[in-house]
Amino acid sequence: MVLELREIYKDYMQGKDAVPVLRNINLSVEEGEYLAVMGPSGSGKSTLMNIIGCLDRQTSGMFIFDDTDISTCKDKELSEIRNRKIGFVFQNFNLLPRQSALENVELPLLYAGVNKKERRERAAEALVKVGLEDRMNFRPTQLSGGQKQRVAIARAMVNSPRLLLADEPTGALDTKSGEQVMELFRELNDEGVTIVMITHEREIADHAKRIMFIRDGELSNLNGGDSL
Amino acid sequence: MFENIRLSFKGIFSHKVRSFLTMLGIIIGIAAIIAIVSTIKGTNEQIKSNLIGSGNNNVNVAVYQGEWQMDFQYQSPPEGMPVISDDVKKELENIKDAETVSLYRQRTYCESIYHMNTSLEGGSVYGIDENYFSAAGYRIKSGKGFGERDFKGTQKTVIIDNKAAESLFPGEEPVGEIIDIMGEPFKVVGVAVQSSKFEPVINTYEDYQLYNQDTSSGKIFIPTNAWPVIFRYDEPQNCIIVAADTDSMTAVGKAAEEILNGTISVQDESIKYKSENQLERAESLQKLSDSTNTLVICIAGISLLVGGIGVMNIMLVSVTERTREIGLKKALGARKKVILGQFLTEAAVLTSIGGLIGIVLGIVLSQLISKFADVPVAISSVSILVSVIFSMIVGIVFGLIPSVKAANLNPIDALRYE
Repeated sequence: MVLELREIYKDYMQGKDAVPVLRNINLSVEEGEYLAVMGPSGSGKSTLMNIIGCLDRQTSGMFIFDDTDISTCKDKELSEIRNRKIGFVFQNFNLLPRQSALENVELPLLYAGVNKKERRERAAEALVKVGLEDRMNFRPTQLSGGQKQRVAIARAMVNSPRLLLADEPTGALDTKSGEQVMELFRELNDEGVTIVMITHEREIADHAKRIMFIRDGELSNLNGGDSL
Repeated sequence: MFENIRLSFKGIFSHKVRSFLTMLGIIIGIAAIIAIVSTIKGTNEQIKSNLIGSGNNNVNVAVYQGEWQMDFQYQSPPEGMPVISDDVKKELENIKDAETVSLYRQRTYCESIYHMNTSLEGGSVYGIDENYFSAAGYRIKSGKGFGERDFKGTQKTVIIDNKAAESLFPGEEPVGEIIDIMGEPFKVVGVAVQSSKFEPVINTYEDYQLYNQDTSSGKIFIPTNAWPVIFRYDEPQNCIIVAADTDSMTAVGKAAEEILNGTISVQDESIKYKSENQLERAESLQKLSDSTNTLVICIAGISLLVGGIGVMNIMLVSVTERTREIGLKKALGARKKVILGQFLTEAAVLTSIGGLIGIVLGIVLSQLISKFADVPVAISSVSILVSVIFSMIVGIVFGLIPSVKAANLNPIDALRYE
């Protein structure tokens, strides 16, 4: 088991009132799974992703990631889990604009304390894997959207994480680039990488092996309606 | 760390104008301090070299009444002030760091010095021992010095300095001639000059008064044995001691004072041996110039403070601008201290570059000052080192608030920030 959410609740404070965002979420993700979580905006899917990504904490309930109870972790330990066990892919890539593709991919290794030579090698390897061996020294501004997202995927995978967590990975891409990214995800999953992807597009979610729906903070196996 | 510095340079150079404007406060502050300190140091070194000049390290111990040196041309020697004995002289020679001891008598403005009909108005007469010329820093220019014979019995020989030579023997060679002191004929055996070629740098009339203590129109030296021929045999002596180095002058002077004052029993307690060395004078003059300039340094320091606030301001802007970057880095596993280190390094690098530019500007500025204002400057390496460290500290201190703010950003908020 990669992760398990048990009776997760999350409230946000708005002034003095607690606004519930997630209600009684129960979810477990097995090794090698490819899960898509679908939901409209405001459904709480981003909050869910933040909790799974150890960027935010639940109000109540239990979150176990890779046999660790996350609620007991301190900031330092959370940083380490994010660094070594989770690879993030964001909608808007979040690459550092003044650094080359290679340097961007090296970043998680830098925080993991890997030495320079090994960083270079492993980052280059990751870029080869996403098919960008001829773009290593390009800056993000010199790359297309699809290429940028592939750099981001290389960065997510460079530390061989337990989980690839993607938030609307195709949201900022044209259809063709989006398809390429999905193709890459499928390949990674075939190699055994566990993937959780958040999206609001049915076509994208269909690439996953399992789809969950989130609506008004509640998770279900069923599509809550055709309004998506 | 090295990575941080590299990234800081990258960041700073990608905002050239902004970085330069941020640094400006630091640049001006450091440049001002370097220029001021260099000028102060230059002035101080000039004072010191003007006063100590010859590098002779000699300390003069003379008889004073209160604040004034006694002159037996006009005053009678006080009772209870014996002639310095050989034993006392030995004691003086044994003072730590004392190299040469010379005893001498002196009268200023002696009016009865003649060569033929030419008079030496306002000349001084010195009754000296064999060590005097080396201790006081004279060398024989022509003729010869006093030999052993001159200090035995009462040889009426005289050595005159070049000033006296010019007055008494204009255009003539004085050696071998006879001059008349207080009605006694003395044979000129040599001409002495101050051995150092040193000329004090004099910029103003005040400087002239300050450094040009030798107001006599000429000096003539006779062997101490000949002193009683024209003056009193029991006149108190002064003493000149050469110290091993400049720094031991004061201690040697004090020790000599103590020894000599132990030998006297004068009723008037204001009459005492007092040492005067030029180092002390130089230091007291330097103190004067230092204290007025401390204020100026403080004002320049305010500029550094303002510069620091500018750095803080721009760093806060930078943190806000890079909120997403910070969020991303945290998501990728950067710990608080990594973010803190990154921003602190950037602030320190920024102010250090400012500091370095300031140093260069400060050196240029002080050279210009020395050129146009005719003030000596001495670039002090200590002040340069202090400036670099200080500007770094300014960066770290004023970068602290923005860096802590960056380190404490919540990664979700930071990632969502548009």
